Amino acid sequence: MATKASAGVTGETGGDGVRRRDFLNVAAVSFAGVGTVAALAPLVVQMSPSADVLALSTTEVDISKVQPGQGIKTQWRKQPVFVRNLTPKEIQEANAVSMSDLRDPETLAQRTKPGHANWLITLGVCTHLGCVPLGIGEGENKGPYGGYFCPCHGSMYDTAARIRQGPAPKNLMVPDYKFTSPTTVQIG
Amino acid sequence: MPPKRQLQLPAKGAGQDMLLRWFLGFVGAIFALALTFSLFSGLKTYFTNPPAPLAAEEFHKEPKELKLSSDGPFGKFDKAQLQRGLQVYTEVCSACHSLKLVSFRDLKALGYNDAEVKAFAGSGKQWKIEVPTINPDTGEASTRKALPSDTFPAPFPNEVAARAANNNALPPDLSLITKSREGSAAYVYSLLTGFQNQPADLLKKFPDAKTPPNLHYNPYFANLNLAMPPPLTTDGQVTYADGTKATVDQMAKDVSAFLVWTAQPDLERRHAAGLAVVFFLLIATILAYLAKQQIWHSDERPTVRETGALDPKNRAKTSRAKAKAKVAG
Amino acid sequence: MSFSWAKPYEPKHPVMKWLDERLPLPRLAYGAIGGGYPVPRNLNYFWNFGVLAGVFLMIQIITGIVLAMHYYATADGAFNSVNQLIMRDVNAGWLLRYAHMNGASFFFIVVYIHIFRGLYYGSYKAPRELVWMLGLVIYLLMMATAFMGYVLPWGQMSYWGAQVITGFFSAFPVIGEPIRVWLLGGYAPDQAALTRFFSLHYLLPFVIAGVVILHIWSLHIPGSGNPTGVDVKDEKDTLPFHPYYTAKDGWFAGAFLLIYALVTFYVPNYLGHPDNYIPANALATPAHIVPEWYFWPFYAILRSCTFNLFWIDAKLWGVLAMFGSILLLFFLPWLDKSPVRSGNYRPLFKRFFWLLVIDVIILGYVGGAPIVWWRTALGQVAAAYYFLHFLVILPLVSAFETTDPLPNSISESVLSGDAAETPVAVAG
Repeated sequence: MATKASAGVTGETGGDGVRRRDFLNVAAVSFAGVGTVAALAPLVVQMSPSADVLALSTTEVDISKVQPGQGIKTQWRKQPVFVRNLTPKEIQEANAVSMSDLRDPETLAQRTKPGHANWLITLGVCTHLGCVPLGIGEGENKGPYGGYFCPCHGSMYDTAARIRQGPAPKNLMVPDYKFTSPTTVQIG
Repeated sequence: MPPKRQLQLPAKGAGQDMLLRWFLGFVGAIFALALTFSLFSGLKTYFTNPPAPLAAEEFHKEPKELKLSSDGPFGKFDKAQLQRGLQVYTEVCSACHSLKLVSFRDLKALGYNDAEVKAFAGSGKQWKIEVPTINPDTGEASTRKALPSDTFPAPFPNEVAARAANNNALPPDLSLITKSREGSAAYVYSLLTGFQNQPADLLKKFPDAKTPPNLHYNPYFANLNLAMPPPLTTDGQVTYADGTKATVDQMAKDVSAFLVWTAQPDLERRHAAGLAVVFFLLIATILAYLAKQQIWHSDERPTVRETGALDPKNRAKTSRAKAKAKVAG
Repeated sequence: MSFSWAKPYEPKHPVMKWLDERLPLPRLAYGAIGGGYPVPRNLNYFWNFGVLAGVFLMIQIITGIVLAMHYYATADGAFNSVNQLIMRDVNAGWLLRYAHMNGASFFFIVVYIHIFRGLYYGSYKAPRELVWMLGLVIYLLMMATAFMGYVLPWGQMSYWGAQVITGFFSAFPVIGEPIRVWLLGGYAPDQAALTRFFSLHYLLPFVIAGVVILHIWSLHIPGSGNPTGVDVKDEKDTLPFHPYYTAKDGWFAGAFLLIYALVTFYVPNYLGHPDNYIPANALATPAHIVPEWYFWPFYAILRSCTFNLFWIDAKLWGVLAMFGSILLLFFLPWLDKSPVRSGNYRPLFKRFFWLLVIDVIILGYVGGAPIVWWRTALGQVAAAYYFLHFLVILPLVSAFETTDPLPNSISESVLSGDAAETPVAVAG
């Protein structure tokens, strides 16, 4: 194992000899050191998501059966996704909220795609500590703002899935998605 | 300390040592006896009742030579050949053989882009087998089109179905075939091109070794009779997308090269990383050796010097004195 | 160790002083591998292999721990987790797997050279008997670890190797079969065996590391041996471990790692068996079951016993001979009691030593090759010689041989290159 090989600087036979001595030792040890650091690279990188995990980073969802006022819970990157078909009343409620009332100001238009303003697609992960809020399924508690309600610590989201009350700091996250057809959405 | 050491018998007082050595010597003799008996009984059996020669020993052939671009320490894949091999697998082999460890997304390494991979897997035009799934409404077993993130779906759902469709023979998965057979790609190539009629002199020498009706004679297979019928029978069986002439030999070569890739997708990365590591270690070793030499031959190392009569100064004195006294030596 | 001229540890850096006052680890390291450990000045390159073995133990532990982050210890999932997940999808997974696979082989290459160094130079003799025996314990632990590790990928050789090796125990009458079933947790290698082998395979390398510490500690009491076998007498005979032997170990390790890299990157499957790339099948035995190459000599001894002698059947003879061939090594310090340690000064012993080397190579060849009548006969002769060598020949040779005169000291041997015949050797 090449450790710090200091040849000792006692008994000089001339300054130049000493410098050459140290240089070779320093060069050898540095080379070994660089090699050791380079050898760490595969050990660190193997913990990053493997190719099969990264491959599941896009999902296609069929939304043809979701009626206005209904929603479905699906999965993307092993996390829950809420796909909700907003009724005109819900859209109106969302647009009526002023930005100054919001902890995380965003309009409904900013959170949906143009031409598909009734489709609200968000992660079903509360931005507080990660529970799955209620409200997407039939008969589930939508909370006082008509959106989602998180039972863990009482975060309440409105019809645009924006945080209105409770400890969560941000609105439910909107992932990258696009409409590949009027009835299919590709997330991720 | 005595100046010279002579042979020394073990101390007489070590009675226990002697006992141990006698016991162990006895044990050793017993083992040697058991082995000697085994040796003689084995030789006797061989010479009085020699085992009958097997047809396989005489007529089995070593694989033909196959040169691939991936051979050798600087080998690289020929992407065009891999694509042709994929086509042969898809159109011929996948009828019976699965490729369970390969994902469709891996095909990007063959030079296809995302859209082409998606089309290959799911359009139903090239890859035709669908992936088993369950109907999301009824929960019944059903199938769906393959996605790039899927692995190649198998032609048979399980081993029982595979055997039932193939005269009780199980077509092996091909993902690792070139790593799991002696002879590697050359063996696969030889097997695919090696089907022939059983030679007449084999039947003369070993009349009992006639190929059974459900098997096919192939001298490159270890016991000569293979359950797989010749899969590549006619030129042009596959129409290559790149226009290469699809002779049986060409198809066999291409699918063998493809199967080297399925077994070793890391090959090119491995060779490149290997070059860097070996080069680095060479320099590091040379530097470390030079540093070691310098440390061992530096002035600081306490040296052992001859002393007394051997001291060079004294030796010079001695030889001068000898010369003066005209004494030889 | 007790050399009076060993440099005492004098920490200069304030942090080192602070640490040393509270926990004398820096002092310990200095005295073991630093400037404070005097080592004979005449060591040859066969003395590099101990440290090199430590390097490969470290490589195996590190690559093993990261592989365990991705491996599934299930009968259904193990093969795919290795050959699909790790080899294809995990970043640098192929490198870690090949490094671990070939690291095991190289660990054994280094350890075998290290053992044969010990056999030739009499490193097992007093006062180093315990160093030798601890080393054998390390070797046994290595074999157990390697065997269990090979089962984990759950290929054909993994499964059938497990079947054969656990089958050894059923050779013993009455208690054998219950022990075998207890080891496996079942009647054949299956899920129960796989998970316990995974657990133990992860554990044993750390047990090995502990025994290695004892091994080095017990060596440092008398100090290292040397090629002449003559004890260290004074300061002239030694050099401090650092920087002389750290530098020598360092460059040689680089050269050896170069060979390791060549195999790992360019012919990673050369030392393995193709059949282990076939998923395990309990209903189909491979044509030739063989263990990995480092077990071949013992496999040859096992298969050599084909005769039912007395009331012991051939299978039991084979198992006893195989275990016996390793266990007899524990008795070596008492089988060979010649006061001359090094083979350099024992011409008769030296000849038999080389015969042993050839014998072990023959046993290795026979163990790895398919069974053919003349190879079996060759193996039987070689196995018989192995037992006779250690248990009959060595004791006789060491009692009756004429040894060459030893040099008076290590420094004297360094001066003259070989056994000194100086009529007048005045020290100082």
